[in-house]
Amino acid sequence: MVGGKKQKTMSRRAGMRSYDNHTAAAWLFLAPSLTAIAIFFVIPVLSALVMSFTDFDIYAVGNLNVVRFMGFRNYTRIFETPLFWKALRNTFYFVLVGGPLSVAVSLGTALMVNSKLARFKPFYRTVYFLPVVTSLVAVAVVWRYLYHPAHGLLNLALSYFGVAPIDWLGNPDIAMPAIVVLAVWKNFGYNMLIFIAGLQNIPEDLYEAAHIDGAGGWRQFVDITIPMLAPTTVFVVMITIIGYFQLFAEPYIMTEGGPMNATMSVVLMMYEQGFRWWNMGFAAAIAFVLFAVILIFSILQLIIQRRLQQ
Amino acid sequence: MKGRTIAVVLNAGLVFLALITLTPVVWMVSASFMIPGEASTAPLHFFPAHPTLEHYQVLAERLHVGRYFLNSFIIASAVTLISLVFNSMAGFVFAKYQFPGRDKLFRFLLAGMIVPAQVTMLPLFLMLKSMGLINTYVGVIIPGLASIFGIFLIRQFAGSIPDSLIEAARIDGASEFKVYRSVVLPLCKPILLTLALFTFMGTWNDFMWPLIVMTDNANYTLPVAIANLKGEHLLDLELMMAGSVVTILPVLILFLAFQRHYVRGIMVGGVKE
Repeated sequence: MVGGKKQKTMSRRAGMRSYDNHTAAAWLFLAPSLTAIAIFFVIPVLSALVMSFTDFDIYAVGNLNVVRFMGFRNYTRIFETPLFWKALRNTFYFVLVGGPLSVAVSLGTALMVNSKLARFKPFYRTVYFLPVVTSLVAVAVVWRYLYHPAHGLLNLALSYFGVAPIDWLGNPDIAMPAIVVLAVWKNFGYNMLIFIAGLQNIPEDLYEAAHIDGAGGWRQFVDITIPMLAPTTVFVVMITIIGYFQLFAEPYIMTEGGPMNATMSVVLMMYEQGFRWWNMGFAAAIAFVLFAVILIFSILQLIIQRRLQQ
Repeated sequence: MKGRTIAVVLNAGLVFLALITLTPVVWMVSASFMIPGEASTAPLHFFPAHPTLEHYQVLAERLHVGRYFLNSFIIASAVTLISLVFNSMAGFVFAKYQFPGRDKLFRFLLAGMIVPAQVTMLPLFLMLKSMGLINTYVGVIIPGLASIFGIFLIRQFAGSIPDSLIEAARIDGASEFKVYRSVVLPLCKPILLTLALFTFMGTWNDFMWPLIVMTDNANYTLPVAIANLKGEHLLDLELMMAGSVVTILPVLILFLAFQRHYVRGIMVGGVKE
């Protein structure tokens, strides 16, 4: 009995030796990245959550002992702060107007570049993609001058069509749309490439069959292109929305959140509260509200994706 | 005939869109060679009447742009090299090793991609402060040591390496590290180049984190320096354009030189699980 058990263990050991070696090697290979992610990502996320329930401020930065827990007070304070609602509304405007606009421009451009009738396709693909790789800070500086009311290129060009000068970034009603236009210009090339890949994955014979059945260009677009492109579109909308919720550099460089807080975004407010006024507990709560909003949107997208797959 | 009209309209649309896309970039370059005040004087003109290099000279001699360039270059290179090693090892494991908990761990990492980086910034700042790493290269580099997206990208690619190649190396007596170093890494070269481009350009263009960590002017990266320059030199349009050119040009050249490899990253990353 005892001998039999021993034998069994031994044979299992022999069989598993290479397996165990592999597992050890696997964890060794994983160690550097997992350690970095644990210490510099997971722990900070958890700490931020704890922090959002404290009154962590400039005094606490110097002396941790003065930190006090204050339950949900930061969160209730956030929702009692008119500036936060303004920032949230502005961010939603940027996401819900800029996001769909950017995806629509990307899809339209992808269809045009992918068309059999288009010439010099690689050239256009490269040109449309150029803004994506540029530094957002640098192009925001450039666009700030383009938008200048008195001698910006945009108003000068419009004056030839008899349009009176527009104060793009100085008018609270126009500043956010102006930032949306910059964002679409900067980003549409990225999603365009993903759409082009999606379009090229649609089997050509689907179109041929539809053609034989007498379906015109528009019918083919509605019956084949749109449904076949749906998974790509959901993916593109998802990454665009998550990115757009993090609006920061454009208002930081172009308007500093103004005029009259018309371009104050959630992340800009978090940055100012956290790193300018050192209200870090309050800022951490703002960050988590943003996270919650992004999470809700991501879950919605996943549900839509599941539905599409069925 | 109808098809012909559509073709003309379509190609005209493409040209028009290309003009809109290029105008800000070309104007930036053009204005950076204009004499002070020229770009903001009516009537509108697009090209410099008397091209000058004086703004680049001022940037180099008085505003230490070389220093910022070097800071950006060191940080972006360090992040690229380190994260490439870390991510490729992890990606290889998730693609080719079987062990309990592997898929759970990978799903946990993927879920982490949804957390916006801003959530980590406040505690990370305090952590680095207690370690004395604020205002250092290391402080800026730390969040980029490993990236979940990078691990994902490598895993997708390494999955296509035939198991038989890895097994053959093991039978020949190669250690696991040797398998990684001599079999997996060479075969992953295309995706490593892609990831290197993504990481370098992403780090070069990153703004918020270096803005937070670098408190001393001499340590600024180019985007932070440009944002700071804007405060004092907002009225020097031509000078600011030259600064923007210096910030954008390196990544633009990298992109144009390695376009094909860069684009592949978007395609692989865009393919759903």
